[in-house]
Amino acid sequence: MAIVEVRHLTKQFEGNATPAVDDLDLATTEGEYLVLLGPSGCGKTTLLRLIAGLEQPTSGEVLIGGLPMVGLPPRARKIAMVFQSYALYPHKSARRNIEFPLKAARMDPEERAKKVAWAAELLGITRLLDRRPRHLSGGERQRVALARALVREPDVFLLDEPLSNLDAKLRAAARDDLKQFQDRVGTTTVYVTHDQVEAMGLGDRIAVMSEGRIRQLGTPHDVYHDPADTFVATFLGSPPMNMVRRDDVLVGFRPESLLPKGVVQPDDGAVTIPFHVHRVENLGSERHLVGTLSGIGPETRVIAMLPSTVSVDIPIDETSEFVIRGADLRFFDTDAGLRTERRRL
Amino acid sequence: MKDRRRYLFDRDGVLAPLMLLPSVVYIVALVAVPFFLAIAYSLSDVTVGDPSFDYVGLRNFRAVLKDPVFRRSLTNSLFITAVTMVLVLVLGKILALVLTRDFRFKWVVRFLILLPWTTPVPLAAIAWLWMLDSLFSPIDWTLRWLGLIDGNLHWLGNSELAVVSVIAVQVWRIVPLAAVIIMAGLAAIPQDINDAAEVDGAGFWRKLFEVTIPMSLPVTAVATLFGAVLVFTDMSVVFVLTRGGPVDATQILPTWAFFRGIAGGDLAQGAAVALFLFPLLLAMAVLILRSVRKMEVM
Repeated sequence: MAIVEVRHLTKQFEGNATPAVDDLDLATTEGEYLVLLGPSGCGKTTLLRLIAGLEQPTSGEVLIGGLPMVGLPPRARKIAMVFQSYALYPHKSARRNIEFPLKAARMDPEERAKKVAWAAELLGITRLLDRRPRHLSGGERQRVALARALVREPDVFLLDEPLSNLDAKLRAAARDDLKQFQDRVGTTTVYVTHDQVEAMGLGDRIAVMSEGRIRQLGTPHDVYHDPADTFVATFLGSPPMNMVRRDDVLVGFRPESLLPKGVVQPDDGAVTIPFHVHRVENLGSERHLVGTLSGIGPETRVIAMLPSTVSVDIPIDETSEFVIRGADLRFFDTDAGLRTERRRL
Repeated sequence: MKDRRRYLFDRDGVLAPLMLLPSVVYIVALVAVPFFLAIAYSLSDVTVGDPSFDYVGLRNFRAVLKDPVFRRSLTNSLFITAVTMVLVLVLGKILALVLTRDFRFKWVVRFLILLPWTTPVPLAAIAWLWMLDSLFSPIDWTLRWLGLIDGNLHWLGNSELAVVSVIAVQVWRIVPLAAVIIMAGLAAIPQDINDAAEVDGAGFWRKLFEVTIPMSLPVTAVATLFGAVLVFTDMSVVFVLTRGGPVDATQILPTWAFFRGIAGGDLAQGAAVALFLFPLLLAMAVLILRSVRKMEVM
């Protein structure tokens, strides 16, 4: 186990105007599950590859367990990586795939077999060991890839969107497996994803990235409820946080915070505002109300989200009174979009 | 009615035969007809002087098999092809590995390496004829200058060196093709797999022998068999360099078939000699098709 740390890390690819990773600082804690979350092209995979040693940084430092790693090849870094495509060797059986890192480490065959059996047992793939990757399902391949990462007992796990090739149903199950698996082995893990549900569900902390920088680093609760800027606020959440301009600030609130009057107990600082509902989308577990809000600033299109447990009738094409609690309001400045101090509306 | 005609080409039953027709005509006229003609000739007593067809059974084959020059040609053909392909395989693989790396002026190097392949074989063989000349060989000159030899080597005059020369020219000619085919195979290995091997701790050699080579094996097999067919059936290199000499030391099946059948006038025996190429070529064709299929399932 080890702490992964990067300092002033920059990666500039030749021919690109802006760096893929831009003067980035980040440190995990011991045994932490850190998720790098961001839209495609935000530099999260590049950052992971820099940590792995598959890319060399333009400048800056990578430390694993306190030791400087820049210039060392991946095999000297005591890391294991799971790739989006799983990158299993197609000409080798699952057993030979899992065994490969051990062979590379020159472990003797008896020890090797023991290790493979242990990893296979842990991931429940013992009966699949003699199959080639071609004869395995997506979920099984993913387990083999995990087993291959696990056998050498690395200091750090690096996972690059390991769930994105699975279909939606499998993904939920695999997410659960991943979490249990990490709880058991307790190895520091850096996990890259563009899927916020995965990030929220798996991460001890989430680093939200955009344009090669970290916009916010915090627990899933923090990044969701106290976003550091408008990017984080609108990237997380589905539908994203509503933003309404009022004088020199942007007022933000989550769709689930905008509720019909009477449903919610108003707190100190709560605002009651007229909401004109245009359209209702019933998604089963929840209802999305799309409409215009006029009470806070200029008329703005916003979305309200009611859980199916709130069964109030919402008249369409009419204006009703809605409430946002004071504690659910967030404020951002209009220039950089950074969070500013709370105020009363 | 007019409408039906308009959609005539949309029907597979019409379009497919029409599109296939030119290649079928080509194959029938230039492959099938000569092939069956050769079989017919080999069972007859046709000569250049007397083209009347009389069936003689397997007499020609018996005569050919007894002929020591034929046996020499057969072993030479097999030996030259085998040695050439081993060298082509090793050199082609190395070249392919070098060319998939990034370095400055890569395109110049690629261009130079591909050059032998683009040169017509007889032209290249004539150039080599000068390289290996008994008096003016630049190779001999260089070796002399380095102090490695005293007199000239007479590359094409000595029976062992003549075989070496033929092999060298064939390797020179086939390596670029093999390198390009193998390169395509290497480029088809997903980057993730190469990265995974590195993260898994594999060094250069382990990666080469456990990942790169096995994964490019089917394509390498195709390159090898392709090259083998080209070497096995080629007559221009030997014809230009040695004409089969000295004293039939470099005689191979295609040249011997030519000397027997065309130059010597015995078309029937020439055809019989040439037909010995067929079973070996058939085997190679089957192997090529097999490795192509293997490539598809990977």
